[in-house]
Amino acid sequence: MEERIVIVGAGQAGGELAAGLRKQGYKGRVLLLGDEAHPPYQRPPLSKGFLQGKVALTDLYLKPLASYERFDIELKPGTRVEAIDRATKEVSLGDGSRLAYDKLVLATGGRARPLSVPGLAGARPENLFSLRSIADVEAMRGRFIPGNRLVIIGGGYVGLEVAAVAVQLGLRVTLLEAAPRLLCRVTGPEVSAFIEKLHRERGVELRLSCEVRSMELDEARRQVREVGFACQGVQERLEADLVLVGIGLIPNTELASAAGLAVDNGIVVDEYACTADPDILAIGDCANQPSAYTGGRIRLESVPNAIEHARVAAATLMGKREPSAAIPWFWSDQYGLKLQMVGLSTGHEQCVTRGSVEGKEFSAFYLKDRRVIAADVIGRPAEFMAAKRLVSSRVQVDAARLGDAAVPLASLAA
Amino acid sequence: MAKIKFIEANGKQHEVEAEEGQSVMQAATNNLVPGIVAECGGFASCATCHGYVDEAWLTKLPPPDAAEEGMIACAFHVQPNSRLTCQLKMTPALDGLVVRLPVSQTEE
Ligand SMILES: Cc1cc2nc3c(=O)[nH]c(=O)nc-3n(C[C@H](O)[C@H](O)[C@H](O)COP(=O)(O)OP(=O)(O)OC[C@H]3O[C@@H](n4cnc5c(N)ncnc54)[C@H](O)[C@@H]3O)c2cc1C
Ligand code: FES
Repeated sequence: MEERIVIVGAGQAGGELAAGLRKQGYKGRVLLLGDEAHPPYQRPPLSKGFLQGKVALTDLYLKPLASYERFDIELKPGTRVEAIDRATKEVSLGDGSRLAYDKLVLATGGRARPLSVPGLAGARPENLFSLRSIADVEAMRGRFIPGNRLVIIGGGYVGLEVAAVAVQLGLRVTLLEAAPRLLCRVTGPEVSAFIEKLHRERGVELRLSCEVRSMELDEARRQVREVGFACQGVQERLEADLVLVGIGLIPNTELASAAGLAVDNGIVVDEYACTADPDILAIGDCANQPSAYTGGRIRLESVPNAIEHARVAAATLMGKREPSAAIPWFWSDQYGLKLQMVGLSTGHEQCVTRGSVEGKEFSAFYLKDRRVIAADVIGRPAEFMAAKRLVSSRVQVDAARLGDAAVPLASLAA
Repeated sequence: MAKIKFIEANGKQHEVEAEEGQSVMQAATNNLVPGIVAECGGFASCATCHGYVDEAWLTKLPPPDAAEEGMIACAFHVQPNSRLTCQLKMTPALDGLVVRLPVSQTEE
């Protein structure tokens, strides 16, 4: 019988893997199963151009449906995998049927972390949203109208990008963040302060060090009316027409753990994307992988990471061994300003900026032992790759020269 | 419909059909042309859709805007005829376009 690779999750990583296998000349069957109604699509524009109405639905699709057919990728949208039977090498599907595999790849991504506060138990208010899928944006659309009061819980990328779109569309936006600064987990205080100013200037109300305590629903329990919170000890209430919760992601690891595979902040895989079962791999947001960059294990949530994992898994499935050596990077877009980040700044000892913070064009370099471990590049795209090289080469740099925009970055990389 | 010929760094050729208005990058990914990674999906943020536009065609294209120029500056293996394929929209005048691909989009 023809060999079959079954991919669970038709998202960025799963779609890329299916295409990658065909690009590499894989001759067996490729089945791509996804529980959403759509073919693989890009999520980044969901909180940017698509929410704003500037990007059309079909432009989100990574490839048109015809491409899957032409390259003999058996794409099955609307198909949920319920369980893995490792003994018989089968998966069971939502409709009760079973499907055999020779190799199985879990590319299940994650789901939005729900907010648990008193008042919400058992209710599913129509104006309380999270943002992970096309369906989420479609549900929110009708309420994105000028004058509406939007309360955003969470000052990470998704929350901030939605805030930017919403104020530009004329909504009244208040963002509540638990930490004392924005983007606390991913950037340094200098960049947090810059982003904070950027949003305040555009009219976003920001509340930092703020704990959400309650939600008040209407009598029918179908709408959130008020959000109650404590901000630096002071109790407050805010009326809301809609509420967005953007407080992170929970990796979809249940299939793996029910099948007895190791799960620890993601499905545990090696540098070739393999789990302990030689016939099961995991990639993308749901996978926890060794990282050559940190020397430890890491689970990342980004498109470049999903694509890199798919590349590594395709090689593994083709019988090659090409470990991942990529350096984490990420981009965001707020008010048309390009933000590009490379590396992880955790544990840095010094931050050096180059360029003009006031002019909204600067790079922030995070140093440890005189080496650049990470950088945030804002409105200076030409500097991004040089920054990437500094991070990957691990060369020691002179902080004064690094901060001097007259010294070409490339000359520091050596 | 217009034709585009992609030539991989190893010389392998791929002739594909593109619709008018579609980006050159999209035509490549729809047809599974290896060598175009397109991490950012066409928003001039990643420089992993970089290609060399054959000289004869270069003059038929609008010049790169500031965003594209900035990103080309940070791509790998840049040449004078380097462009971001996600920023090139197909028009009937571009029928027959030839785009060569760099050895790698993601490393030196
Ligand atoms: C709003 C938003 C904005 C973002 N912006 C950026 C950005 O600017 N830059 C960036 O680099 N990254 C960004 N990201 C992150 C990026 O989109 C993800 O890292 C990437 O999509 C991960 O790909 P994945 O394939 O691992 O998971 P996903 O793309 O989430 O795909 C997983 C798929 O598997 C399906 N699935 C799960 N379980 C099952 C099952 N049992 N059976 C069948 N199907 C199943 C899911 O429904 C989903 O369709 C953003 C994400 C969001 C939500
Ligand atoms: S696809 Fe990212 S720059 Fe073209």
